[in-house]
Amino acid sequence: MEKHSYEVENLNLWYGSSQALHEVKMDIPSNQVTAIIGPSGCGKSTFLKALNRMVEMVPGVKVAGNIKYNGDDILSSKYHPEELRTKVGMVFQHPNPFPKSIYDNVAFGARVKGIRKKAVLDEMVEKSLKRAAIWDEVKDRLNKNAMGLSGGQQQRICIARAIANEPDVVLMDEPTSALDPISTLRVEELIQQLKEHYTIVVVTHNMQQASRISDRTAFFLNGEIIEYDNTDQIFSNPRDRRTEDYISGRFG
Amino acid sequence: MQTRRFFNEELQQLKLEVEELAEDTKKVLTTSVEALYNSDLKTAQRIIEEDHIYNEKEQHINDSALVMIAKQQPVASDLRRLIAAIKISSDLERMADHGKNIAKATLFLGDDHPISIHSTIKEMTEIAVSMVDIAVKGYHNEDISFARVLAEKDDKVDELYGRVTKDLLELTANNPDQIQYIMQTAYTSRYIERFADHLTNIGESILYLVKGVSYDLNE
Repeated sequence: MEKHSYEVENLNLWYGSSQALHEVKMDIPSNQVTAIIGPSGCGKSTFLKALNRMVEMVPGVKVAGNIKYNGDDILSSKYHPEELRTKVGMVFQHPNPFPKSIYDNVAFGARVKGIRKKAVLDEMVEKSLKRAAIWDEVKDRLNKNAMGLSGGQQQRICIARAIANEPDVVLMDEPTSALDPISTLRVEELIQQLKEHYTIVVVTHNMQQASRISDRTAFFLNGEIIEYDNTDQIFSNPRDRRTEDYISGRFG
Repeated sequence: MQTRRFFNEELQQLKLEVEELAEDTKKVLTTSVEALYNSDLKTAQRIIEEDHIYNEKEQHINDSALVMIAKQQPVASDLRRLIAAIKISSDLERMADHGKNIAKATLFLGDDHPISIHSTIKEMTEIAVSMVDIAVKGYHNEDISFARVLAEKDDKVDELYGRVTKDLLELTANNPDQIQYIMQTAYTSRYIERFADHLTNIGESILYLVKGVSYDLNE
């Protein structure tokens, strides 16, 4: 049977009195890339941020329903969001390295956890940078400030920083929208390599990107999942007219 | 605001070109068969000379579809429409070739041959032409209810083809001196049978366009 990193059911979410997610049901398979597409304001980023409970930082937010992560109910009051976030990494739209060296960026999480041994940190930094496909470009300047890198390189440093914590899931919110086309393709390539080790959930406005990199695609509209299926099915022969209109650029 | 208006217009234009090529194949087949019955060598010659037009039309359809795929990154039914246009135009081009082959047979027979052309060839032609009309209508309306009719008509053409070859075989037994002429008419019935086969291919392409099948975009 297919293993699921997440099993989401009856998820409803409100920002104040306005409902942003309606009865969302979605199983997210492990070690696959799941893409979430939909127009602005459809709830896709809200959904992503519910998966690591980051959405709770928004004042006035109310969440109801079930989100099971590896079988545990993460909305339960007994569940610590900090614990969740060590297992669920996140990469954002704009690369946001810390104004520190490349090395310190990647080693940050481990140091917070109290790891001090240089040999351990060295090995972890190298492994993470290699997995993020940026090692060869930065190995000779690990002590240089990460802010001096190009946008595409910064984003891969952020991915390295996320995976250095040995997460299980990596959430990505439009990870390439601020990158040039070649950097975008590098990150896309990377995402497909990363699924060997991690479950990836990626929100994207770029439909070709969703079709290229994901195994499954969910189409959100007005806070609801309209269609969730294998990516091949969604892009060759979607079942719902609204999905077809959106992916073929005839929306609205 | 309507999005992708320009792309919609391009798709519409491509469809018109496919339909026009289909009308051309109808004309080529009827004209070549008429020329065969009338030993009209001049018309047969003209058909052979004009064949390049249909090759070029097919090429143009392929080129346009390719540019649209590259520039518009179509998905779902848009993509299927383009793939169907490419596949259908390839069948249409081969159908026009069969018309040209009949014209070649007419030239081979010349205007002073000893045989009468089998009357069933005319009947086969009429059915084949009606199949083009059905396919064009189905393609135009993206309607698949016609598919069965197309298959039935193709069976009929196959049956007539079998009958013609059988008759001609008997004829060769009694007229061994006419074999080379009789063979040409046998070829002709074969060309029409192939022409009709391509129409069932086209029917399949229209089914694919309308119903869709899943294939891997990542390959």
